[in-house]
Amino acid sequence: MKRFLVAGLLVALALVVFVSPRASSQPDGLERVAIDHDFADAADDHALADLPTADYGDGGMGPSWAGVLGVGVTLAVTGGVLWLVRLRRPAVSPPSSPG
Amino acid sequence: MHIPDGFIDAKTSAGAAVVAAAGVGVALRRAGQLLDDKRVPLAGLTAAFIFAVQMLNFPVASGTSGHLLGGVLAAVLVGPAVGAVCVTVVLAVQSLLFADGGLSALGLNVLNMALVGLLGGWVVFRALRAVLPRAAGSVVVASGVAAGVGVAVAAIAFSFEYAIGGQGGASTATVTGAMVGTHVLIGIGEGVITALTVSAVLATRPDLVWGARDVPVPAPLATAASS
Repeated sequence: MKRFLVAGLLVALALVVFVSPRASSQPDGLERVAIDHDFADAADDHALADLPTADYGDGGMGPSWAGVLGVGVTLAVTGGVLWLVRLRRPAVSPPSSPG
Repeated sequence: MHIPDGFIDAKTSAGAAVVAAAGVGVALRRAGQLLDDKRVPLAGLTAAFIFAVQMLNFPVASGTSGHLLGGVLAAVLVGPAVGAVCVTVVLAVQSLLFADGGLSALGLNVLNMALVGLLGGWVVFRALRAVLPRAAGSVVVASGVAAGVGVAVAAIAFSFEYAIGGQGGASTATVTGAMVGTHVLIGIGEGVITALTVSAVLATRPDLVWGARDVPVPAPLATAASS
């Protein structure tokens, strides 16, 4: 399991460090629809738009470091939250059907 | 399709937040019942991987990009309850740390992507698994198709929210048509990425794929699974 987890984490990190700077910068589906149908301006500025991490590093950090930070924080928070709920109840065996 | 603040009015955003909180609460309770210590790090990795792949926008049409949503991928790997928690954390990190997705819109985004889109896709996954042969290839195909459908479901959910509380000038019919059209294209990308990822995990550690727990594991991989 450990090897799998380490390999998976390395893949995630490689993706954010090496591939994300090359990702498309075109607006995503929702943004495109908003632009095309004239409601893009309805968007309020994000309250946290001044952070150096804002917009995945456009605020100064760059996408690679933003990606590394995001991967790390997501891993830690998800693991922490699930570990806490796991402590509250003992595990039961999952059912044998894909439910 | 991270909704920024301002597209949807305050009362609809608040209502969505209440429903989303309830849904995530149910998911957390169920996750607590199902998880063992071995699977907690796997869930963390699933969430981290989804975060990473969500940064990789790919072009879908001129002037438009898409990115993985990841709800069905998470559900197939770690189950829908744990998967919903994973996607919720990703969305929260994106909104709070990277200003991607409005703060007041977080409930809407969680509802659309971590709950409704994920569950809609999961239903399709289970339906396909019920009719396809019980084999790894079926899991891959079912994951891909379900993931694509999940994206369209999430887009439709946004259209409902827009119908109720949209603050743009365009009509609901126009927005719905445009959203579904774009997200069908994005859904193809989602389906391909999901199928490839599930296929890769099945090839190395099939015992770690929740949606394939009833599929017999080939002998050499069964040995690896005991490590």
